[in-house]
Amino acid sequence: MAALAVEIEQYSVRFGEFQALQEVSLEVPEGAFVAIVGPNGAGKSTLLKALLGLERGSMRDGPTRVTGRVRVFGHPPREVPPGWVGYVPQVKGFDRSFPALAIEVVVSGLRRHWPFRIGREERRQASEVLEKVGALHLVNRRLGGLSGGELQRVYLARSLIRQPRLLLLDEPATGVDVVGEADLYRHLEAYQAEHGATILMITHDWEAAQHHASAVLVLNRRVVGYGPPEKVLCHECLSQAFGHVGHAHQMVLGGR
Amino acid sequence: MLEAFQLPFMQRALLAGLLVGGLAGYLGVLVVQRRLSFLGDGLAHAAFAGVALGLLLHREPLWVAIPFAVAIALLITWVREQSSLGDDTAIGIFFAVSVALGVLFMSLRQGFAPDAVAYLFGSILTVTPTDLQVMGLLALLMLFLAPLWRYWAHATFDRELALADRLPVLWHDYLLSALIALVVVVSVKVVGIVLIAALVVIPAATARLLSQTFAAMTVLSILIGTLTVLPGLVAAYLFDVPAGSAIVLVQALLFGLALLKRR
Repeated sequence: MAALAVEIEQYSVRFGEFQALQEVSLEVPEGAFVAIVGPNGAGKSTLLKALLGLERGSMRDGPTRVTGRVRVFGHPPREVPPGWVGYVPQVKGFDRSFPALAIEVVVSGLRRHWPFRIGREERRQASEVLEKVGALHLVNRRLGGLSGGELQRVYLARSLIRQPRLLLLDEPATGVDVVGEADLYRHLEAYQAEHGATILMITHDWEAAQHHASAVLVLNRRVVGYGPPEKVLCHECLSQAFGHVGHAHQMVLGGR
Repeated sequence: MLEAFQLPFMQRALLAGLLVGGLAGYLGVLVVQRRLSFLGDGLAHAAFAGVALGLLLHREPLWVAIPFAVAIALLITWVREQSSLGDDTAIGIFFAVSVALGVLFMSLRQGFAPDAVAYLFGSILTVTPTDLQVMGLLALLMLFLAPLWRYWAHATFDRELALADRLPVLWHDYLLSALIALVVVVSVKVVGIVLIAALVVIPAATARLLSQTFAAMTVLSILIGTLTVLPGLVAAYLFDVPAGSAIVLVQALLFGLALLKRR
């Protein structure tokens, strides 16, 4: 039996009056590629952050209450050895007025703090990983001038530089064009093939989830469905998660 | 002109200006990037209340202002963390309370003290050796804490990533607020309560216009903060105007030039 990258047991999170996650239980074997789908406010980001040991939500009205168990490679999230988990947050929260070069962002992933000066060896490592995600030409570009897709690649490079065993991505394809998105999956699959890493990715793109993921988690505060895409992305599950199955969903499901 | 700088009080004024300019320039980059410019102003008014309280109690005002301003700084940070109120609301509340308290303390004091005005607008020429010692100590502390720049910068760039990297972001928030409070209080004599916020914000804002990296912005801000003190003092001496306003106007001029250069 494959080792488990992620083990979540009856995990609930409450921010004041708001129940973000309810009794979520989940097992992700190493090497899996899990797409996490669900409506807005379903707790997808909260779940990802739980794996990083970040339980504070953006809602600060009321105390945070957490119950249940989360284990990453058998460790509590805050005790996972550094570098084992890579994280690509939603890029929309970034402050473009901060003076930063792409290479600085990538090196900050290596050092886990902001660089004052960058040594030659670090520059080499950063360039190497930027090249892997097709962003070498961005290395000395100022962050504020990059497009959404370019920014995404830089953040991806940052998350990969320490060769994590678990990669967490929060809507990496949002704000990226179709070509960029196809590239993203290519890079992720290449990385997985090379390192045997486990990938958990929040996405709104179900078609992509169908094609690339080994498993899909449908989340709406509770686990609505979890399993291979063809089993999970079915009418009943989706109407339960979303309250209805819209036209776009119909097209994706091919009338199943 | 040069003979003037052989006078001890002018030398103290210069040294005080350089120290304060450097300290404000350094912390200013964090204040500006974290969008806490209002905090500098808020803490300046907390310093006002602290100074007024000190004068009321017949104590050396800065010794009262320091714990007062630091306490307010920590409270503001705590309120920001705990509630969903915006940063500016939290700061605004303490700002208003501080001003009200300051006015109250001043009115309780018998007679309207001219030295209160000196604290409002600065009186760099009355900087005492003790003041210099405090400024020097603060500068040493900042140097000692220099290795923390890398963590502060990281959290400033992306707080979530910094948290994910297990940096003690919250502790650093409190520490930074306290340090800003300290710098604000020691700056009171140099530029006055009314202008401290400018000293913290303008060099950093200028530096940002001219920098590609945060490291460059930090270094440049410190340089601008310190180097503008000399022409400011010279202008104050030559034209008999308050040093604080002269320094800030020189900084504002530099900012204007940097803005034009960017176009």
